[in-house]
Amino acid sequence: MAAIAPGQLTTADGTPLKVSFARALRRSRLKALGLVLPLFAFLLITFLVPIGDMLFRSVENQLVGRVLHRTVAALADWDPASGELPGEPVFEALVADFVEGRENRTTGRVGVRLNYELGGMSSLFRKTGRRAKRIREAPYRAAMIAIDERWGNLDVWRLVKRESDAYTASYYLAAVDLRFTAEGSIARQEEERQIYLRLFGRTLWLSLIITTLCLLLGYPISYLMATLPVRTSNLLMIMVLLPFWTSLLVRTTCWIALLQQQGVINDLLVWTGLIGEDNRLSMIHNRTGTIIAMTHILLPFMVLPLYSVMKTIPPSYMRAARSLGANPFTAFVRVYMPNTAAGVGAGSILVFIIAIGYYITPALVGGTSGTLISNFIAHHMQVSLNWGLAAALGALLLAAVLALYVLYDKLVGIDNMRLG
Amino acid sequence: MALPPYTSTLERVWFYTFRTICGLIFFFLIAPLIVIVPLSFNAVPYFTFTPEMLSLDPAGYSLRWYQDFFTNLNWQGAVKNSVIIAFFATILATALGTLAALGLSRAHMPLRTTIMGLLISPMIVPLIISAAGMYFFYSKVGLQGSFLGVILAHTALGTPFVVITVTATLLGFDHSQTRAAASLGASPPRTFFKVIVPIILPGVISGALFAFVTSFDEVVVILFVASYEQRTIPWQMFSGIREQISPTILAVATILVCVSILLLAATELLRRRGERLRGVTPA
Amino acid sequence: MQGKTIAIGLAAALAAGAAHAQTKLVVVSWGGAYSASQQKAYHDPYMAMNPEIEILNDDSASEGLSKLRAMAEANNVTWDLVDMIASDAITACDEGLVLEIDFDNALASAPDGTSASEDFGDMIVSECFIPQIVYSTTFGYRTDLVKTPPTTIADVFDLEKIPGKRGLEKKPLANIEWALLADGVALEDVYDMLSTREGIDRAYAKLDTIKSEVVWWAKGAVPVQLLADGEVVIASAYNGRLFSGIEEEKQPIAMMWDWQWFDLDGWVVPKGGKNTDAVMKFLRFATDTQRLADQAKYISYGPARMSSAPLVGKHATLGIEMGPHMPTAPANSKSMLPNNIEWWADYGDEMNERFNAWLAKG
Repeated sequence: MAAIAPGQLTTADGTPLKVSFARALRRSRLKALGLVLPLFAFLLITFLVPIGDMLFRSVENQLVGRVLHRTVAALADWDPASGELPGEPVFEALVADFVEGRENRTTGRVGVRLNYELGGMSSLFRKTGRRAKRIREAPYRAAMIAIDERWGNLDVWRLVKRESDAYTASYYLAAVDLRFTAEGSIARQEEERQIYLRLFGRTLWLSLIITTLCLLLGYPISYLMATLPVRTSNLLMIMVLLPFWTSLLVRTTCWIALLQQQGVINDLLVWTGLIGEDNRLSMIHNRTGTIIAMTHILLPFMVLPLYSVMKTIPPSYMRAARSLGANPFTAFVRVYMPNTAAGVGAGSILVFIIAIGYYITPALVGGTSGTLISNFIAHHMQVSLNWGLAAALGALLLAAVLALYVLYDKLVGIDNMRLG
Repeated sequence: MALPPYTSTLERVWFYTFRTICGLIFFFLIAPLIVIVPLSFNAVPYFTFTPEMLSLDPAGYSLRWYQDFFTNLNWQGAVKNSVIIAFFATILATALGTLAALGLSRAHMPLRTTIMGLLISPMIVPLIISAAGMYFFYSKVGLQGSFLGVILAHTALGTPFVVITVTATLLGFDHSQTRAAASLGASPPRTFFKVIVPIILPGVISGALFAFVTSFDEVVVILFVASYEQRTIPWQMFSGIREQISPTILAVATILVCVSILLLAATELLRRRGERLRGVTPA
Repeated sequence: MQGKTIAIGLAAALAAGAAHAQTKLVVVSWGGAYSASQQKAYHDPYMAMNPEIEILNDDSASEGLSKLRAMAEANNVTWDLVDMIASDAITACDEGLVLEIDFDNALASAPDGTSASEDFGDMIVSECFIPQIVYSTTFGYRTDLVKTPPTTIADVFDLEKIPGKRGLEKKPLANIEWALLADGVALEDVYDMLSTREGIDRAYAKLDTIKSEVVWWAKGAVPVQLLADGEVVIASAYNGRLFSGIEEEKQPIAMMWDWQWFDLDGWVVPKGGKNTDAVMKFLRFATDTQRLADQAKYISYGPARMSSAPLVGKHATLGIEMGPHMPTAPANSKSMLPNNIEWWADYGDEMNERFNAWLAKG
């Protein structure tokens, strides 16, 4: 311990106060961190690393380079722009890779992987895998082209070379309707195969509609509850909280029962004679179904922040405006509404964030025109098995959500997030 | 907000129009949940009101879908799994979340905002992305299709709610109270149980409730991380709605609505108790 | 009373469990009527003969390939036997996820001594795949809601002859072939056409004519339900599901077999499973001539062995001859469209992309 200068403040045991303070502060910090650490470590393993792993998958591309390692090494000197097929050593390496890959059952996977980029690669690799072991001596090139003439196609070789890097941008390109041309430059996807930009657009557009509807429906009832006596407003609040606490599958089921062609609303309309038996409305398995059901499901997320902001606006503001001569409408628009801006912002962003990532409800009631980007992420994970593309689409969606979240934090502050 | 005697006719008309509009919106919120209740007692396997039901003929009603729910092994297994998974996920999430909230609300927490952001990220990240990440990663480490995997995933999703509710109860907490207790000779554990616990308890319980409901209702992650063995009620409902819509789903939905009414009552009681304890009078 | 019986049964089962070293085989299949037919035809008799074996059903075959990949990646294979359609099985085989099968040694010969590989014949499309059944995707229509019964695939695309909604499976497979056939293309030209831009455009132009009237389905039980509810007047569906809708549930539905889509379904054995020996023994039993013929008593799918065909008898409960309900029956198979597995493995990715983009435009 340093010698104590005269006149310096010390604690009872003689430690300088400054040092003692610093130590206490450090201990307090460590204690705080120690309390947070278990959860942090837990989330790191169960949540954050998995998300990171997914993001990594959207660029990861080691398969081709690993399985066709000899070929890729031999291709290092080959110039794809030369317009000539690779030479004999490359084909010799390719045969060796195929013989090894046939034993390990890995060439089929390379075929499936490359087929995402160029149709036909799957069968090319399968067929070659079965026959390559019969090639025992030179000339390898002629023998391979004899197995399948596509080995004489420059585009196949350009593709193999392009996708032999350990990392690839092709999944991200596919996720925004772009593709590599055979020559390696980037171009728009063919018109008939463009889908994801439209889907992102639709997801944003539907989320915007749903957010607007939630605001239009949520604003009046929040206002009503904020201005009523507590006892009455608490009763009304139950009508908001009950759907909030009810499983979203239950609520989706309710809407299926209501909106189907043979459902309650159509029956009611036919019964009252508003529509004919043959003209039952299709309100489900399309965009309308998604919008109605999601507005219902997300409405509480709008009402809760709106209500909590409106509760804090003193009624005297409106009275003051009125007494200064404003008519009720002017007073409401010029005085009351600006004061609710924080609630409107918080509720809208919250609803919007939840809406753009929604999966279950669109999957059940969205049909084909009401599905969102999440449904395609699930499709690529479970059905088409193009996990890289699923990860790339997910990463783009995640980026959008995080950007909105930062906005929410700026506007509301995550510390002020309240529940129920 | 009763109408004062001097209101004009226009204001009077507006007043009633406004109330009607609000009434319709509340109707929109609540009616769908009510409609399915009678439908779940349907005697025929459709989602519609039959003429017998409308004429209140007892023959139009039956308990067969409830019977199906209580005897069908698929559903019974799902109920059991849901409870087991939600129970363990809640306990884990509550313990981890409460500790973290205590740390976060200490005066000298470094990097508070960043850490808070990371801790509540499971609530922000869209479920489909969490599901994708967990599916890939849990597969790699052998947790996919296991109870442990599902419980860990649901714990992760539930912790943000605990962190937020417990942090909120500590928001108005005056830390001099713990120092007062200490200076009066209370040991740290005694201080914790006598001073801190009563304050945070409502937050802990309502956080636990949120964590429980999160796990109990969760349907996206479970579809990916679980297999048939770990099927929960939402898992079973989702595959039911996609495959064969039988009114058993409506019976389950009705039961779940009743459960949420109970949960709602529980949280409301907790909220009032919490406000009373912290000395906040209801506005 | 019933409770007591169950309790006794449980106690007996527990006692039995204690007495034998149990081997649990996790068998993954499609659920519903299909799993039930397998349960009655193979699982139950096998468990009765081998009390030490317990067969557990997991109904997640629709995610079979995806989950198998995940398990292989984790080196944690929990499935013992998986039911798959042929095209998925070929992919699984290519990726090394499933075992190769030595047909003649691993499987039983036909009763007359014909070797297994000869008995299955053309049905062997991959060295990893043991075919069980031939199934078809064909059309069912509401007899009371259509004025003139459809007779050809062209009628499905004819909104004047058959007005109303129609149900189709939400994938390009079969639909684009049907579109071309309905447009007058000959079967032998279909895939040549589909390999060109113009051919695909032509198929979609044909599909465009009915797009607004199509309800898309994804799960096998749905089209029959859509028909039963009157939500559609005609729909493509698996022939076994249509059979149970018509014969077992007595719905006013009839079948139209023109250009039925022929496909195979069968078993694969995951590599790295924990009970491979026990599974191979079970497979030898479950795929023998009699068992495949027995399955046809419960569901109208054709057995994959030639030697099983003469043994197909009557439905177990309805007592009707099953022969005429098989997709392979001469009256039903006048025109058929076998799945071109190779072509779809190559162009499936592109076709799905285009199909999804086409749907999303709507």
